[in-house]
Amino acid sequence: MQFDPFVIPFNIGLYFILFYVVGRSIIWFRGLSRPDKLRLQRGFFGKAFGQSLKEIFMESLIHRKILKTNPRLGYMHMSLAFGWFLLILFGTIEADIFGEKHLNHPYKAIFFKFFNPEHGRAGFEAVWAFLMDLILLFILSGLLLAVIKRFSPKVVGMRKSTRLKGLDKVALTSLWLIFPARLIAESLTSGAYHSGSFLTGTLGSWLASFLPANDLAYPFWWLYSLSLGTFFIMLPVTRYLHIPTELFLIFMRNSGIRTGDKSGSFSEVQVYSCSSCGICIDQCQMNFAAGIKNIQPVYLMKAIRNDEDTSHIAYNCLLCGRCDQKCPVGIELSPVRMIQRRESSAESGFTNIWKGYFRKRNHADLHEANGHHSYGYLPGDQSAEKAEVLYFAGCMTHLTPGIIRSMTRILDASGLKWSFLDRDGGACCGRPLMLAGQDREARELINFNSKLIWQSGAHTLVTSCPICYKVFRESYYLDVEVFHHSQFIKHLIDEDIVKMNFLNTRVVYHTPCELGRGSGIYEEPKDVIRHVAELDETEYENENSLCCGGSLANIKISYSDRQKIAVDAAARLTASNPEVLVTSCPLCKKTFSSATATKVADICEIAAEAVADHQLEKNNLSETYSLKESVDIF
Amino acid sequence: MDKFGFTLSKARVIDLDSNDRSIAEYILRNEPSFRLCIECGCCASTCTAGAYTPFSLRELQILLKRGENEKVRTNIGKCMLCGKCSLVCPRGVNTRNIIELAKKAFKNQETHAI
Repeated sequence: MQFDPFVIPFNIGLYFILFYVVGRSIIWFRGLSRPDKLRLQRGFFGKAFGQSLKEIFMESLIHRKILKTNPRLGYMHMSLAFGWFLLILFGTIEADIFGEKHLNHPYKAIFFKFFNPEHGRAGFEAVWAFLMDLILLFILSGLLLAVIKRFSPKVVGMRKSTRLKGLDKVALTSLWLIFPARLIAESLTSGAYHSGSFLTGTLGSWLASFLPANDLAYPFWWLYSLSLGTFFIMLPVTRYLHIPTELFLIFMRNSGIRTGDKSGSFSEVQVYSCSSCGICIDQCQMNFAAGIKNIQPVYLMKAIRNDEDTSHIAYNCLLCGRCDQKCPVGIELSPVRMIQRRESSAESGFTNIWKGYFRKRNHADLHEANGHHSYGYLPGDQSAEKAEVLYFAGCMTHLTPGIIRSMTRILDASGLKWSFLDRDGGACCGRPLMLAGQDREARELINFNSKLIWQSGAHTLVTSCPICYKVFRESYYLDVEVFHHSQFIKHLIDEDIVKMNFLNTRVVYHTPCELGRGSGIYEEPKDVIRHVAELDETEYENENSLCCGGSLANIKISYSDRQKIAVDAAARLTASNPEVLVTSCPLCKKTFSSATATKVADICEIAAEAVADHQLEKNNLSETYSLKESVDIF
Repeated sequence: MDKFGFTLSKARVIDLDSNDRSIAEYILRNEPSFRLCIECGCCASTCTAGAYTPFSLRELQILLKRGENEKVRTNIGKCMLCGKCSLVCPRGVNTRNIIELAKKAFKNQETHAI
């Protein structure tokens, strides 16, 4: 029987973490809703299983997404995760083939060299020892990068690394100690027995030349075992819990479980899956344009994990969704943030560190309704005129009358029977309230607007505001087709309803967050622009588009910080000196107008200018709202 | 004064002894831009809710600063958070945060947590 007291810390840590992870998984599984449980069972015993295994290999071990975003950072993560995995795998095989018997206890694989110091001198054994050394070198190279990154993030191509809390630092130190301790322990043992391959062998014989290698090796084996044990025991209270949790997350996601509106097992698993890699910090415009560095998703996840008050973080976000696109773990960051907004998370209960091991569940304590209706003043008897096409400008559009004039011109030119739902300024669509986490209040506005839309008998609803568009499409239960005006104009062009001239103007297009990442509308607006003007590419297209800074989702940000983001974004978009910066959102237009010297226009304004005059005269049937002034923006 | 036929108009009296400035102070602590307001009334004139009902952020913030909270308490829930007021504000006051903070302060006051 090969045994030595120094393996005890490692064994305690290993069994502790195994039981902890199994227990935690059972608790999470039990916390799922019934349909989600069925989904997970079906996913586990079905097609999704293979896909999950593949994803675990590609993302949890190779870290493909991080490699794509940032190769150096990706290499660091890959060498630690994949390298460690290979070390365990090959170590186990090594112990199985060359050890005293088959199917060994895990510690014999981890401390193989200690129990078999003579191993690896010649033949197949030497090849295997070479392989093990190579893997160790692979890990150590990543570790070196990790240490450098901690002190100078720029070296690995990051603007900023994540701030750590005290416990994370202890775990980090033990993690950093593991592999150097193994290297030195193995080297000293190899040096004493004249074995080992190119790394441990060479280092070992050099160390043995002036040190008592045999006596010194033993304390280093203790250090190796202790750092492993400490790391395992610290794991549940630090960010490193993401290592086991991410596997669970991948299975859940591939089984079709989504975040939803309330916190539950899935959102909790997502929160614990965050590895604090910091890629979201680099993506965040509030960081690189306004210098706000403490509200990024990684800090939100950490605050939730530590049971801290999250309200100042949760509300201080533009919800532009740039981080969602780049998160290598695929956490639905914005939905998790929305859950935090909906919940009143005022109390903080993190008082002692032991509590971390038995964290309380997030309780969905939704905002109580005030008892009385907030919007009881909205007229119950207002009626809408009958029309085929209904135009809803939205609050923001009322601040940019140029868009209303242009849409009127286009709708008039189309010859369709249309009516203007909120000509005198109707009620808000409800989205800003939803973004503030007040769904119940928003529902009152939604009901009011739904009634008006239903009364009009329209089959098509056109809106100029992406914020309204998103809520009309997702949260209104209406039997009408909802168009954003860019889609509607494209439809008019495609069906040859409205003829447009080509304007000789060079423009760039800014995709609004709510329309692009929020609703997946990228191509239609660009098609319209290409039809009437010359469209230049920017560095920030589609999923990578910027936020104008005006986002209604952020209630906390100050005016000057908004302005910083707007100026930065406008400067990036107009780097190629276009004549016009085109967007398709009244709020973006308004925000950019004061942030750049370049002309800013909405997509419908350039389309309206391109509408052939004769067509307007021919088709101008609308008696209700005919246009007197001409649209002229260039 | 009464003898001479002059009385103080009730509406013009600001009684700082009985007024409660705690709500305004709570807002000021958390949203310093509350101080910047020049009471121009742009917010009230563009207000979406104001088109339907007498709701004026200008009036409410004056009342808050005076510490006359009752009218604010009953009216603050009328806001739809649409954000037009913060876009038209010439002083860059973060109006929506003021409204949310006021709501929170009233809620805290009810539960004696302030």
